[in-house]
Amino acid sequence: MKIAIKNGRVVDPASRTDDLLDVLIEDDTIADIAPGIPVRDGCGVIDASGCIVLPGLIDMHVHFREPGREDVETIFSGSKVAAKSGFTSVCTLPNTDPVIDNQALVRFIKLEAEKGPINVFPIATVSKGRKGEEISEMGELIGAGAVGFTDDGLPIMSSILMRRALEYSRMFDVPIITHAEDLELSDGGIMNEGKNSTLLGLKGIPKESEEVMIARDVILTRLTGGRLHVAHVSSGGSVEIIRRAKESGIRVTCETAPHYFSLTDDAVAEYLSMAKMKPPLRTGEDRKAIIDGLKQGIIDVIATDHAPHSLNEKMQELEYAPFGIVGLETAVPLIITVLVRENGFSFHEAFEKVTVNPARILKFDRGELKSGKTADITIINPDKKIIVSEEFMISKCKNSPFIGMELYGSVEHTICSGNLVYSNK
Amino acid sequence: MNSLKRKDLLDIQSLSVEEILLICRSAKYFKDIFTRSVKSVPVLRGKTVCTLFYEPSTRTRLSFELAAKRLSADLINFSVSTSSVVKGESLIDTVHTLEAMKVDYIVMRHAASMAPHFLSRNIKASVINAGDGFHAHPTQALLDTYSIMEKRTSLDGLHIGIIGDIKHSRVARSDIEAFKKLGAKVTLCGPPTLVPDDFQLYGVDITYSLDELLPELDVINLLRIQKERQQGSLFPSLREYHRQFALTEERFRMCKSDVIVMHPGPVNRGIEIDDSVVESSHSIINEQVTNGVAVRMAIFYLLAGGAPLDEMTEERGAHEDSN
Repeated sequence: MKIAIKNGRVVDPASRTDDLLDVLIEDDTIADIAPGIPVRDGCGVIDASGCIVLPGLIDMHVHFREPGREDVETIFSGSKVAAKSGFTSVCTLPNTDPVIDNQALVRFIKLEAEKGPINVFPIATVSKGRKGEEISEMGELIGAGAVGFTDDGLPIMSSILMRRALEYSRMFDVPIITHAEDLELSDGGIMNEGKNSTLLGLKGIPKESEEVMIARDVILTRLTGGRLHVAHVSSGGSVEIIRRAKESGIRVTCETAPHYFSLTDDAVAEYLSMAKMKPPLRTGEDRKAIIDGLKQGIIDVIATDHAPHSLNEKMQELEYAPFGIVGLETAVPLIITVLVRENGFSFHEAFEKVTVNPARILKFDRGELKSGKTADITIINPDKKIIVSEEFMISKCKNSPFIGMELYGSVEHTICSGNLVYSNK
Repeated sequence: MNSLKRKDLLDIQSLSVEEILLICRSAKYFKDIFTRSVKSVPVLRGKTVCTLFYEPSTRTRLSFELAAKRLSADLINFSVSTSSVVKGESLIDTVHTLEAMKVDYIVMRHAASMAPHFLSRNIKASVINAGDGFHAHPTQALLDTYSIMEKRTSLDGLHIGIIGDIKHSRVARSDIEAFKKLGAKVTLCGPPTLVPDDFQLYGVDITYSLDELLPELDVINLLRIQKERQQGSLFPSLREYHRQFALTEERFRMCKSDVIVMHPGPVNRGIEIDDSVVESSHSIINEQVTNGVAVRMAIFYLLAGGAPLDEMTEERGAHEDSN
């Protein structure tokens, strides 16, 4: 089976390629990337005129809710959403019910993922039962297919457990992913602490709740020589701590989510629970620091933190509604609209954050366009507008503050291991 | 300004100065009515008011209920403890039930900030906020404003001090907004744990010294100190709080001779304020309660589309002419 992608602009952040080139796929592999590849009989053709042809996108932070909350998303339904959104690989977070802390459950996720269109890489818990007491069987979990460890929404408050996790995981060279939050400083807060929380009379979460934990974890990474990946960085202070850690050679990487470079805590009064997530939306200054951090490469990765919640759960008093918003389907449009169009990012600067960078952190042999590599390819029309309507969103949940917005950047085709898994009608 | 052209009364922030003054003018009319022997008027006859209280309250609820009854409305009440709500029916479902029974006004008190705002976007009935979390208590601020105006005609140029737990107070937030809109100078006073710097965004001053502040004030508005705040280490003990921030008899002697003393109630006698000050002729704490009913009557009346009462007779005449 051969497919030729013709007339597109090939953008490969790994090799810094940005040229009008054709891509030839044979079975599950990229066979050739060259100008004017001739089309032979039996070869399918995708016309990519006006589009950019990228390595298949990687989202290293999604919640597919299975096992436990199959009513809001499943591995299969989430994988279809990912394919539609241009992602060929995702990492599922382990805060399911039961939590992913043993080999059987890691294998279950891999098995379920085989029914779906894209690659799913499970991340397992740092601690058994996600209780923050004893480290999980990391070797066994990696053997079953886990690619990293995190307790996500339940931050590891114990410094000694964090030390042991960073220390022990060194022999596998996998990242410990930290949801950096000092729960005591968060003190039951529900939005960023500052002017808006004061005006709305809502309990605040200071950005220091995040920064204090990142500082601790960076210092423990220095102590142990482990590998730290900081999830969903939201504040300027966090970017600064990570910048300094990187400068002093500590093995730390980090990610942010599209909502942190697109919105500020001004959105809470308007969108109420649809703008409630952890960490919370911060100020305009923080948003700018996140954009600068992405531009300068201090922030390595953009990950969506795709967090489906049912309408019933979200249609509650702000205080009682759960944290989190869906993010897969708005990721590409926000990257194009906010980073490329509004902030002058090159396609390389923008899309390395969802291709080669997460691939390197997770040691995936993916995320680049090169002959001989697996044919994971995403084709995007960056000039085409989309409207984020409820019809546009195929996720089981529509808990997004971006509904109603008009954005640039339409995913036209997604190819995973040589299979055309999504095409925009 | 002819009437309140709005469905809901949610906070002070969204009210114009004209609307605030209209409410105060109308309140005066209703106060005159219910201080005579026949206290009711048929303004809301045939309308249904539901008080929906997700947090215990005695005085605010009674005040709203009396206001509704004195306007001849049908009144129902629904109270739930927040804890049972978390397990039970959602707010939206409860209110859709009320709506199906054709309730016209929902007076809501809720422990969660912004709950009335959330509700108002999802139902057709009028929502009157009777206090949401730490966010807003607009009818309290309006009755406070009215009570000051009764004594001083205008708030313009007055120096008003708000003392106590500002951070966790919906009364403070709404009072600040109302007083500032009407031209008063506002100073907040309390420990930094209860008076965060972020409050400067309202254009107020902040001081930690009550002794320095008191001689400058025309109005002292004391807030109730919640004893449980001590457990969060927001202040070390009630004793120390009293030493630093209570309006004691001794401190009261430093105040201006015509100073007004206010408190939204219920008063913790001997904690934020001494007994003798509560009982002094400067205290308008009881008058605030009376005015609360009048202000709430005015709000019901104006939300129902009522015309300004001082012009009512003339307008009636005009209508007859046109018919």
